This record gives sequence, structure tokens and C-alpha cells, in this order.
Amino acid sequence: MSEGRLNIITMQEPLLTMKNIYKSFPGVRALQNVNFTLYEGEIHALMGENGAGKSTLIKVLTGVYPMDGGEIYIKGENRPVHIKSPQDAHKHGISTVYQEITLCPNLTVAENLFIGRNDELLVDWKKNNSRAEGILEELGIPAKPTQQLSNCSIAVQQMVAIARAVDMDCKVLILDEPTSSLDDQEVTKLFLLMRELKSRGVGIIFVTHFLEQMYAICDKITVLRGGELVGEYKVMDLPRVELVAKMMGKELGDLADIHNKAQTDNENTKEVIIETVGLASNSGVKPFDFKAYKGEVTGFAGLLGSGRSECVRAIFGADKVTKGKIKIKGNEVNITSPLKAMKKGIGYLPEDRGRDGIIGDLSVRENIVLALQAMRGFFRPFTKAQAQAFADEYISLLNIKTASADTPVKSLSGGNQQKVILARWLLTHPDYLILDEPTRGIDIGTKVEIQKLVLRLASEGMSVTFISAEIEEMLRTCSRLIVMRDLFVVGELEGDDMTQDKIMYTIAGVNKSE
Amino acid sequence: MTKNNIKPSTQRGVSVFKTISKHRLFIPIAFLMFLLLLNIFIKPGFLRISLGRDSSGNPVLIGNLVNILNNATELVILAIGMTLVTASSKGQDISVGSTIAIVGGVIMRVLCGNETQPTELKAPIILAFLLGCLAGMVCGAFNGILVAKFKIQPMVATLILFTAGRSIGSMAMGGLKPKAVSSFGYYGNFIPGFPIPTPILITILVVAITYIALKKTNLGLYTRAVGINDRSSRLNGLNPAKIKFMAYVIMGFCVGIAGFVQSSRVQTVNPYTIVPGIEMDVILAVALGGNSLGGGTVNMAGSIIGAYTLQTLTSMLTTLNVNTNAVPVFKAVIIILLVAIQTPAVKNFFSNKAKVSKIISNQGKESA
Amino acid sequence: MLKRKESPTDTAFLLTITISLFIVIYILSIIFLGDKGFSKIQMFFNLFNENAALIVIACGLSIVMITGSIDISVGGSTALICTSCIVCLNNYGFNFFTALILALVIGLTFGAVQGFMIAYLEMQPFIVTLAGMFLGRGLVALIEVNQIQVDNPSFELLSGARIQIPFLGDINKRGVFIQSKLEYGVVIAIIVVCVMFWLLRKTNLGRSFYAVGGNSQSALMLGINVKKTRFNAHLLCGLLAGIGGFLYLFHTRSGSVQQATGLEMDAISASIIGGTLLTGGVGNIFGTLFGVLTSGIVLLIVTAIGSQDPWWPQITRAAMLCFFIVLQSIICSRKRK
Repeated sequence: MSEGRLNIITMQEPLLTMKNIYKSFPGVRALQNVNFTLYEGEIHALMGENGAGKSTLIKVLTGVYPMDGGEIYIKGENRPVHIKSPQDAHKHGISTVYQEITLCPNLTVAENLFIGRNDELLVDWKKNNSRAEGILEELGIPAKPTQQLSNCSIAVQQMVAIARAVDMDCKVLILDEPTSSLDDQEVTKLFLLMRELKSRGVGIIFVTHFLEQMYAICDKITVLRGGELVGEYKVMDLPRVELVAKMMGKELGDLADIHNKAQTDNENTKEVIIETVGLASNSGVKPFDFKAYKGEVTGFAGLLGSGRSECVRAIFGADKVTKGKIKIKGNEVNITSPLKAMKKGIGYLPEDRGRDGIIGDLSVRENIVLALQAMRGFFRPFTKAQAQAFADEYISLLNIKTASADTPVKSLSGGNQQKVILARWLLTHPDYLILDEPTRGIDIGTKVEIQKLVLRLASEGMSVTFISAEIEEMLRTCSRLIVMRDLFVVGELEGDDMTQDKIMYTIAGVNKSE
Repeated sequence: MTKNNIKPSTQRGVSVFKTISKHRLFIPIAFLMFLLLLNIFIKPGFLRISLGRDSSGNPVLIGNLVNILNNATELVILAIGMTLVTASSKGQDISVGSTIAIVGGVIMRVLCGNETQPTELKAPIILAFLLGCLAGMVCGAFNGILVAKFKIQPMVATLILFTAGRSIGSMAMGGLKPKAVSSFGYYGNFIPGFPIPTPILITILVVAITYIALKKTNLGLYTRAVGINDRSSRLNGLNPAKIKFMAYVIMGFCVGIAGFVQSSRVQTVNPYTIVPGIEMDVILAVALGGNSLGGGTVNMAGSIIGAYTLQTLTSMLTTLNVNTNAVPVFKAVIIILLVAIQTPAVKNFFSNKAKVSKIISNQGKESA
Repeated sequence: MLKRKESPTDTAFLLTITISLFIVIYILSIIFLGDKGFSKIQMFFNLFNENAALIVIACGLSIVMITGSIDISVGGSTALICTSCIVCLNNYGFNFFTALILALVIGLTFGAVQGFMIAYLEMQPFIVTLAGMFLGRGLVALIEVNQIQVDNPSFELLSGARIQIPFLGDINKRGVFIQSKLEYGVVIAIIVVCVMFWLLRKTNLGRSFYAVGGNSQSALMLGINVKKTRFNAHLLCGLLAGIGGFLYLFHTRSGSVQQATGLEMDAISASIIGGTLLTGGVGNIFGTLFGVLTSGIVLLIVTAIGSQDPWWPQITRAAMLCFFIVLQSIICSRKRK
């Protein structure tokens, strides 16, 4: 993408202009005086911490929420447009592909591509199926038009969603965290697609947390913070360090600090807290051996679907163990349910916060106290005062932002919800704590807080397993990495071996055929 | 723009009202009060209670209020069980009427053996009660297994007993229609010499036990957690299947008690006509009490108030000489109004006006 | 021709089971109960004759269930339709067509009002249609408390008319060949089934029912007007309830407050047996048809075998329902893995 081309574009009328956008919800000002501009053939990143307003801006643009103030202009239309519904947005050429799959799992791939798009009475199956076939082939999506969508993998479902948007000749394509569930190969395909669309003049808004991806594909970036606009920048003029600083509103010393600490600590005791021997579960993970020492932070590295979560879930009893044994502090135990694992001193922060972590309608207090309560038993409830004391302790310890301890936890932002779940497990004072993607979908500020906390817990003697899709995070916090590929453990790295390259190499390594 | 045209005292009054109206018992109580007032308006002296004598000369309390409290017994007891079922399994148990028929059938069989008009009890009443409760709990367990283990939707799972229950009850009685001795009637009417109807005493006992159970155990928290998100609950150490199963068994126990009281009222049971339509009334009572029919709320006090409200309504309509068959029409209208008020759409309509004025008055203020 | 499936294994599998079961049961009944009338061809046609109304109503219910909703008012509206039509036929000079229009109006009104409350006011379907059921029966009581019969010669004539099926018939005890007879109501029912099948497969309206039932959030994002779709589903169910109610009248020629009690549960049962999931997104009209037929034949068998005990038919119904419900859940949980 050349300089010259960029200059030509900026002299044109923008494809999309959002001016002075305001949006509030009860008790929360989601957007205040935000501006956003998008040109044809531009890939424009939208970044910000949780609660920054990215989601809200997108939902306002696509008619899901009505805005309280401001104007939206689209190229070719003289007056400001009023977008009242997703259908309206489609009519103006704005398409969105969301993070959660917004397709119907019970319909076929072809149906999902075309349904809701025309007002015709009849459905022409033959035409739809052959058209679908063409689109799928053109975009390299491995699915059949007549396949039921729920029979496809999440990645494929995502691509079908994108294919739909692409087929709708959109002028503005919004991709809201589309890569969270994709592996590197799939991300590459997606980027190819995006570049193709870019050359066709489509304007793409790319909402993401992944810095590397943003730098790889985007031309411009708009940063939001706390519902307000921080600024719009050309990506090539913005070094990573500066970007992170703008998003956090902080200085960068913190991150370097953590890195050093991880190197110096962990000369600790060699007491084995958890040991698995040939452990396998019904999730399909192959028998693995694993040791976790007291005061140590271990990590599981691997591609999407390599089995990291499956391993820890087996230890926690979340999945059914089919083979092998687990030893806790040297004693063999039989873990048949999460409760048993908890009683043996294991805690587990699940990968999917919304589905497996929070209990939405329960209050912050109830969410914090629940695990400990379950361990105490049915007949010994905490009094309200006791529960409130626990809640207060952790709200202040972890700096959880909530109106009160009675607020339903679903109204908190993602980062604060994660803190609530963390509080829940810290309250149980486990010997061994498993954190599966604790920083996913979280703003940088909270990410740093959590990583620091993990290191502190380890230094106080807790054994922690930290799983993250971002290798840098694990390199910063862990002292030992278990590397996985295709549900097998393929290696273990520590000390000097812990570099990104070595990890990649180990993952890609020679097949274990002996 | 100033909003200081409203006097502070009025503002305070308004905010007090707002706080009260947000309380979860507000609508149930308000509605009950409204109905009672309406009753008093229609028939002054509606609430009068007097002490009279029954045919044997024993003292008994008489009055509309007494009747309401008395006749609501089954509804209240069932509503307690239904609240737990709804909260934990996100659905309703529509088999309660039919399972009462089974319980009634079992009780009659135990008390009357093979005779249609026995002159003495064939078995102690306590045994009949226990077996009746056991029958109820077995039905509850059946429903519970379908819902908890097979993960079948509650309304679908309980459809089975709904279809078969009354027939099973008839089968339990061997096709007979026996009438038990009158001493069995003490539990559904009066214990000789004691003026308060026994069902009222039973209700008080059951409500007291429920209150203790909610306070001294995690029943409330667990059923709510499981009803809101059972995956997450499991990863927190709870056993969703066990909790849901327990809720249904408790419901079965409630059915047992209610069936006992009901059969005691007339000392006979016709499985096909006993408590017609009560399943719908119970669900209504739970909904009137402010519980979400989609699970996750345990507003026990609300359900109990809802049950009394429904009974008051029925009583009111009877007093007005409304045809028994037409009573459901009124119930229908009330249901619709009440549920409509609580829907998001209507709430938005009313709160939109408030919101706009708040935004305007909040501009310039610090954000929360 | 490319095959299209909602759920390659689920629906096809469930449908296969339902149809096979029906065939097996029917054949067994011919073998073992032939002397009780099961080997007569008329028996087969009677299955349709007796259940025409239920077939239509169950179709309506299936449609609503596909969108993830429910309608338990159909029994009440049927009773209302019967009673009002009879009153009009007897006293106000209505004839077949005007009575039919009245039936449709009543059905559509139920559908429209309930649909509005469920779709636009977002009230829970169970509660709304429960109220509808109460309302329906209550209104019957207000119109006429006693049971009434049709007293309208032209209507009775039409109702009593039968289609003679060529070539098919049975030989009665005296050796006389009696042709098989089919009621006209059945023809209407079959037409309805075919039209609904076409609607669900071939029209965008029908597909939107599946979409909304599968994932209403997604359907909204895909540009489907979820509220309108839900409303239309209930409206359609109301229309079918109107037709079904009329067929009920056409068949029984009587009306009362207690009439058609439990009809809604029968319709729901038939739909479930036919492979419709109460959770929505999956369902098939022909499955529903066979669901009705299967329930019908089992009931006939039980009555024929029957001891004097009156409780077996209902218990058998419940057992059948139990079987299919558990089967559905096992299949679905296997799919979920």
C-alpha cells in the first residue's frame, strides 16, 4: 500500500463520517462527543480498553442502539442518515460481522448466506445453493452449501458470516473482533480477503485487541478511552509503545518491569503440588504428564484447539477423566467433579467468561462468594454480613469497579467481571490456581494488573497455571511452558529456552513417532 | 435549564415512592390490597370475621376472609414448590393438578381399602399422609429425572404426568369412588373445638418450614444460580442436576401435602374433577409474585402473596355471582394486565419520559 | 436436485422413526387385531376422519413451536368457534360459508391479539395463551352454558356427506361390498398440510420461522424482522386454529363449554411425536401429520384391547409421549457433543 495512494484517498470525500456521537445508558455514559471517519479502500482499526465504547459505537452505527446525539454522513447522501435498525444499516451499505456468531445454527450454510436479504416471497433452493457454492469456493471456505451450520467449526461459521457480508456488496464492512476464534492460518485467509475488499474500495472497520494483527493489516487507527475519543492516527506513524501508552494512559515501564521479575523469581522450593500421570479425559486430550510446583507459574502454549484448556479442565474435573491419575501433594486422588477438585485446593478460572464464569443475574457479592459457599456446603450458608465482608475485601483488593456489591454482575464491564471471577477463586485460597485466558477481551490496564497479581501470588507460594493466546504475556509471567499441539503435549520449555521462536519451533516440531 | 420548580419535599416524596415501588414485593402487595379494597367497596363488611357454631356445636370462625385464607391453602403450598421448580429449571411443572389426583387416589385407597363406604379407617391417617407424600415425591422424582438427567424442557417433561396423572389416580382407586370416615375430615375442615380451620394451620406450618429452609440453607442461592447459568454453577462446585432434581422432589412433597388437605375437605376424591385447572393457577400465582417464569428468581413471599391474591379474586367473583365457567375470563384479563405492566416494552414507555427529562437535567453534572 | 435439510440427522432421523413406527404399529394391529376391525380399509380412513381437525390444529402448533413459542389456547378457541357457529347457524340463518368465515375471524383474532402481545409486547407465550384459553372457554360459558347441537339442515347435509373412494372398500358380514368413505373435512386437512409444507420449505416467511426459532438474536442481526415473524407465526396458528375449529364443528356438530379440553396438549404431543422440538428451530409438517396418525392408531388399539378400565388410553398416550420426548433428548444431546 503506497504513500501516494493514501494521499489520493484522503483528498476524497470520506465514505463514512460520524460526528459528535453521544450515547448513554442508565448510569453509564458510553459515548461522549466521539468522531470517526472512514475512507474508501481503507482498513481502519478501532481500539480501546473495555468500557471504551467501541462496541457501543458500532451498535449505534448499525442501528442496534439509537444514539442520543450526533450525526452520521455517508458518501453520496447529502443529509445525515438515520439508521434505525440493522436492516436500515444494510440498506445504507453497512454490514457487520460480530464476535459471537450471529447466524442461525439450525439453518444450512446457503440459507445463512441469503436469508433476510430480500423481500421475495419464494425461496429458490437451486439458485441459492449454486450461488453459495460459488461464493464459498471463491473465498476458500471449507463448507458445503447444504451443510447445517452447527455442523461446521466455529472458524468456518465465522467465515460464512464474513462471506455473507461480502456478498452483500457492502460499502462499509465492520469486523468486530473476528479473529478471536481463528488460528493463524485462518487469520491469514481473512486478511487476504480483507485486502481484496480494500482493493474494491470497501471501507473496513476492524475492531480488535490484537496489536500485531492491527499493525499487519490496518491503515489508520482510532483510539477510544472511557467513552471519549483519544485520537485518530496513521498506523505507520504510531509506534507500538506509543499506542499502548495512549490506550492505557500510562507509561510503559510497567511491562518491562514484569518481564524482569519473571526471570529473577522462581528459585523456589521444589514441592510438587499437582502431578498428573497419563491423564486423559473425554474431551479428547491425549494422556499427559504434568507437574506443578509450589510458588511457580506454569503456562500452556499452543495453537487454537491444541488442548490447553482441555488439560486443565481434566485436572479440575470439569471434564470426565478417562485414564491416568492425579496426585495432589503426593497423594493420589480421584477427581470426579469440580467440587472435589475445589476441596483439594484447586481453583479454575474458565476460558469463556460469559458462559462458564459469571452467573449474570446474581450480584457481585453472590458471585464472589459462590465457590467458597459451595465448598462449605448446602446447610451452612454465609450470613449477609459475612458475604458482604468478603465482597468488600476483594472489591478493594482487585479494584473492581461496580456501583455496589448488589449490582448484578452482568452489568459490569468485561474486565471487571473477570476480576469478580478472580476474586471468587482467590477467596477459596487454593494451593493451585488455573487461569485460562484471564486476559482475553480485557483492556491493557487490567491485563497488567492481572499479570502482576499472578506473579505476586506465586511469590507468596501459590502454584499458578496461566494460559494465554498471547505468547508475550506467558513469557512475561511464566517460568515454565508446556507446549501442545493437536491434543498432545509436545514439549516443555524453561529458562533460556523460553522465547517466541523456540515455542513456535517446538509447536511445529518433528512428529513424535517413536 | 433549571429543574428547581419542584419543591424539595415533593421530590423527596417521589424518590421514597420510587424506592418502595422498586421493591420486589410492591406489585404483588399493591395488587392484593387493590383487590381487597375492591371487595370491601362492593360488599362492605367483606372482611368481617365472626365466631359461630357449626352443626355439632363446636366453635368455628366464619367470614369471607377466613374462607379465602382457608381455600388458598393448596395454592400456597403448591406455589412454594413451583417457585423452586421455576427458578431452578427455567420452566413450569404443569402436572401438579394431575399428581394431586394420584396422591388423592393413594390416600383414599389406604384409608378405604376395597370398600366404598367403610365405617372405620383401614389404616392410620398418618400412614395415609406419609404414603400420599411419598406418591407425590415419586412423581416429583419422575419429573426431576426427565428434567435434570435427560435435560428435557420442564413443560414438555411434565406434560407426561399431566396426561396420565388423573388416569393413574383412578387406577389407584381401582375405579371406585370411596368415601372415607368423617374423622379424616378434620384436616381439611375443623378439628372439633378449635375455631381456626385446620388448613390455615397447615399453611402456617408449611410457610414457617419454608422460611427456615431458605434462611438456614443455601436453597435459595443454589436454585437461583442453577437457573441462571447451570454450566457456570457446575464449575463453581454446585451440582445442577441434583439441585434441579431436589426442586422437583420438593414440589412433589408439596403436592403430597396439598393432596392430603384437598382430599380431607370432602373425604372423597374424584380424580377427574379434583382441583381442575390448578396447575395454571399455581403458575399464575408464581408469576404474580414477581418471579420470572424464565428462571433465576426466588421471590417466595411474592409467590405466597400471589396465591392469596388469586384466591381473593376467585372469592370476589363468586360473591358477585359470576358463573363458574366465566371466572377464567376475569383471571385471563387480570393476568394479561399484570404481566403487561411488567414487560420491558411497557416499562420503557413509561420510563422514557422520565429518562429524557433526566438527561436534560443531568447535562453539566458530573458523571456517576 | 440438491437436498436441503434443517438438520441432516435430527429431522430426517426423527421423521423416519415416526413414520416407521406408524407403519409397524399399523401392520401389527392388522395382524393381531384384524378381527376387531383393524383389517378393514375403512379403519385407515377413519383415522383421518376422526382427526382432521387435530391435524390442522397440530400444524398450527408446530409452526408456532418452530419459532420457539407455544399456543395453549387452541382448545379454548375451538370450543368458542363451535359454540358461536352453532348459535349463528341455528338462530341467525348462517350457512356453511358464513359460519366458516366466522370461524376464521375468531381464529385470526386470537392469533392476532396473542401474537401482538407475544411478539411486540414481548410477553411470555405460555402466560398469554393461557389467558387466551381461559378467555375462550369463559366466553363459551357466557354465550351458552349447555351443550348444543347444530340445527341447520344444509349444514348437516354437507357435514354428513362422504366422498366415496373408488376401488377401495370392505366386505361386511353379509358379503356386501361397502365402499370406503372419506369426510370432506379430511380433504381440507390434507390441503392445509400440503400448503403449510410448501410454505415452510419454499417461502421466506417459512424459513424465517426456522431462523427465529434457531437463534432469534442472530435472526435479528441477519435482517429478519423477528417481531413480525413471531407475530405472523401466531397469526398463522390462529388461522389454522380457525380452520381446525371449524372442522371440529363440521365433524361433531355440537358445542359445549368442556369441548375440546386437552386439545392443545394433544396437538403439542402430536407435534413432538412428529419431531418438532419445543425449543424451536426444528420441525416438519409431515412429521406432525404422522404424529397425529400414530397417536390416533395407538388410542384405537388400546380401546380395542381394552379391559373395561377407562384409564389405559390416557396412560398409553402419556407413555408414547414419554418415549418420544426421551428419544428427542438423547438425539439432541448426542448432536450437542
